[in-house]
Amino acid sequence: MSDLSKAGTSTAEGAWLAPSAHLRRRNFFQSIAVNVMRIGTLVTALITTGIIFSLIPPTIELLGEITTQVFGTTWAPLFLPPEFGILPLITGTFVIVIIAMFIAIPFGLAAALFLSDYASFNVRRVVKPILEILAGIPTVVLGLFGLYVINPGLVEKYWPIGESVGYSAIGAGLMTGVLTLPIVASVADDALSAVPRAMREAGFALGATRREVATKIVFNAGISGVVAAVILAFARAFGETTVALMVAGSYPKLSLNPGDPMQTMASFIGFAGIGDQPTDSTGYKTIFLVGSILFLVTLVFNLLGNRIISRFREVYE
Amino acid sequence: MTATSTERNAQGVMEFIDPVFTLSDVAVSYSDFLAVSNVNLQIPSMDVTAFIGPSGCGKSTILRSLNRTNDLIPGAKVHGKISYHEADLYDPKASAVEVRRRIGMVFQKPNPFPKSIYENIAFGPKVNGRPSKSELDVIVEKSLRSAALWDEVKDRLNDSALSLSGGQQQRLCIARSLAVDPEVILMDEPCSALDPIATARIEDLMIELKRDYTIVIVTHNMQQAARVSSYTAFFVTEVNPLGDRRTGKLVEFDSTSKMFSNPTDPRTEAYVTGKMG
Repeated sequence: MSDLSKAGTSTAEGAWLAPSAHLRRRNFFQSIAVNVMRIGTLVTALITTGIIFSLIPPTIELLGEITTQVFGTTWAPLFLPPEFGILPLITGTFVIVIIAMFIAIPFGLAAALFLSDYASFNVRRVVKPILEILAGIPTVVLGLFGLYVINPGLVEKYWPIGESVGYSAIGAGLMTGVLTLPIVASVADDALSAVPRAMREAGFALGATRREVATKIVFNAGISGVVAAVILAFARAFGETTVALMVAGSYPKLSLNPGDPMQTMASFIGFAGIGDQPTDSTGYKTIFLVGSILFLVTLVFNLLGNRIISRFREVYE
Repeated sequence: MTATSTERNAQGVMEFIDPVFTLSDVAVSYSDFLAVSNVNLQIPSMDVTAFIGPSGCGKSTILRSLNRTNDLIPGAKVHGKISYHEADLYDPKASAVEVRRRIGMVFQKPNPFPKSIYENIAFGPKVNGRPSKSELDVIVEKSLRSAALWDEVKDRLNDSALSLSGGQQQRLCIARSLAVDPEVILMDEPCSALDPIATARIEDLMIELKRDYTIVIVTHNMQQAARVSSYTAFFVTEVNPLGDRRTGKLVEFDSTSKMFSNPTDPRTEAYVTGKMG
């Protein structure tokens, strides 16, 4: 304020447009803020590329030694002689992820639609934090629950076939589903709640019921967010290590029977990574190989997800 | 033009032969806030009735209570009685979904669904029945023709409705409401987001549509009310003596020509001549 009046009385030609002391101070803080943001962005990018590049050399080195074996059906890289057929890890991963998605997607989307279009303000106020608490349960707790409650209490009693050894892919799949359900519910609810009220009112004005408005208008209008929620949950399930390690065991069995113990790519890394793997040993390089594959698959799904989202993206205004 | 009689009952309310709506002592509240009260009026069939008044006078609230759109707002409650022909609109046995199928609504901002032009029109008929593809084609064309939009969009029915201009989107919304074969169309400031040319087209459309439909329109635009409506209701906001509560009131309801040339209430005259509001 005072700077303004001073500026007005300045006599030097053009000087009244020069920045005041106050503005110079603001510019100084502005430049600091921009640089902090710039560093933050740079660090994020560097970490990501750094991890990718650290994966590559041991992976290539190992692939040079074992190219012919990776399509085999026996995964025993830490044994002598080592075998590198990665198929059991791939089936194990997909069996667990698919079971998890069978839990997370239907229940998560149902919960999201309920919260966005049916629940009263008070119900929403109670349920939404509960979802967030569920999302915050440490995975090791879910792993313990799967190992000591689901496997003996449910899988071994009611699953008709499979090796009863205390571990099961279905137990891990169920717990990974519980783990990812709140992700689907919460992200999809945010997307559906963001659909303008005018869309709903237009539907009601045409004589649509609440269900028709929710499933045929709101769900369609918010589809990009719904797809994002599903992809996020999928990626999370894919990389989940603790639950798979604790509940499905560390036995890379080639099987499609969810009652069997299995090993996922992530849980192999977790398993092998905590053992003693001398640097540059075969086991050490194997961890990087599996890490690279895990990274590639996640990347492909993320790209696919982005494609789907941009295809469905609708602009309201 | 107005084949309806204009008798007045004991309370001085204009009465029509076979009115579409009869509002008796209607008040609408949101939780403990009384938005509008003491509304007594009848709305004639196959004509355009306009609600005018300053912001916050409850005209939109009354309009939205005519097809139970207010039901969707938690805490909203309609007091008094709204009759739709012989039926009580708020009878516990009456279905709001059925009410809204017969009494459509066009909103302030064009709100097409993020679907194709075709699917926007087809949505209503699809949820209300199981029309075949050929029946749907007929409904879509008829609705778009009635809304004077067919010629502009007939070659791109599968394009997104969001690719249309604002005026086209609003005519699409009108076509969409016509597709479920309503008797009444409620319009809540349908031109307030449109430019003058698009507005003129919508006004022409309203005059066209009143041959087949009963139209009730809320508008801030005095000239619009004068141009399109046969009857006009004027609402004001009354502040209570303590000055902490504002409630909408119906001041006057009469033929539009009388309301704009020789209104009974001085407040109406002040408003329509631009001295107030």
